[in-house]
Amino acid sequence: MRDIFRNAGHLIRPAVVLLAALGLFILGRGIFIPKTFGQYGHYDAASLDRIRQRPISYAGQDACVMCHDDQAKVRASGPHAHVACEACHGPQQAHAGADDPSAHKPVLPDTAVLCKRCHEKDAAKPKSFPQVVSAEHSGGAACNVCHTPHNPLRMKP
Amino acid sequence: MTMTRRDLISGGGKLLLLASAAATWAELTGAEPAGDAYRVADHWWGMLVDIDKCIGCGNCVRGCSNENHVPAGFFRTWVERYEISVDSPTTAQPHVESPEGAINGFPPSTNENVKSFFVPKLCNHCADSPCVQVCPVGATFVSPDGVVLVDQNYCLGCRYCIQACPYGTRFINPETQTADKCTLCYHRITKGLTTACCENCPTGARQLVDFKNPKDPIHAILRESKVQVLKPYMATGAKVYYKSLDGAVR
Repeated sequence: MRDIFRNAGHLIRPAVVLLAALGLFILGRGIFIPKTFGQYGHYDAASLDRIRQRPISYAGQDACVMCHDDQAKVRASGPHAHVACEACHGPQQAHAGADDPSAHKPVLPDTAVLCKRCHEKDAAKPKSFPQVVSAEHSGGAACNVCHTPHNPLRMKP
Repeated sequence: MTMTRRDLISGGGKLLLLASAAATWAELTGAEPAGDAYRVADHWWGMLVDIDKCIGCGNCVRGCSNENHVPAGFFRTWVERYEISVDSPTTAQPHVESPEGAINGFPPSTNENVKSFFVPKLCNHCADSPCVQVCPVGATFVSPDGVVLVDQNYCLGCRYCIQACPYGTRFINPETQTADKCTLCYHRITKGLTTACCENCPTGARQLVDFKNPKDPIHAILRESKVQVLKPYMATGAKVYYKSLDGAVR
């Protein structure tokens, strides 16, 4: 019986080494793996916040209408009622999000290029969608010579 | 006092045990990240694409590119124009084109002897996504609100996910050398805005959908309209629903 205790050192020493190795592993894991890893699944939950913090370029419809409600009223009376401002005017967060919006004045789009993207005749477009062959319709002239872009059914005098 | 080797080893061992116990404790109790108005558990995002409304203007592609600074020549969303022979609509290979992802729209087609239509494509934000299953490092994942995202800090650029995606929606970003894809504008939808592609779509062909919002029009559409997802036989749990989609679309 006494021999067993005397020889137990052969077991205790490797057990201590193993325990120390395990401790080192857990310590290293704690240092190198973010606390948020595994919060929702096998990934770092903090990356959700990192992705959320990316800046926006398009301010969104509501931001535009907040100031430009006069233009929104014209648009609401015509077939472009559901086309968002930035769909034609481009990304405007730099303008809408600025302390002084007039310092970031948007460039007016060229209607000779812009309108054709939607309204040039194409066999693949839905038949009910208004389309023209621009070369025949206007001879390549800018659309806003005759049409009011915010409500294209309203013709310029 | 002199320190023997025995003292050193036993002292070091005790320190190590204490430190690892502390690390384990921190691991188990881990402080919760600060909450804000947006709750991931309240949303389950997807998209609805109405083929009958798409005019192939490419506004979505330009919007996505501007919003997410997608490198030139790469696309997180793109539009395809399908042309299917009227004589043998089920057997002939459809002619599919997408010049530069349709970032400048399409050259006009006058071919009236084919059935033709536009199909916008993007990440399907699958609930059981093959790309997530193959990622060896936990860099790509389905978020608790149903968006498939890439953690650039973890991505090794091994390209497994690019091969695994049945829809071809992923690419290696040449600037970061990590996998890149549609985030469903996660930085916008979590602020209450819609995605850049939906914001820019002039006909409402693309609609952001929140399946957990009982007031979302998607519920009526799923109940009343004919909808399908791409490659349903792959059982990816795709959440981009297509309305009026032709069977020829792959």
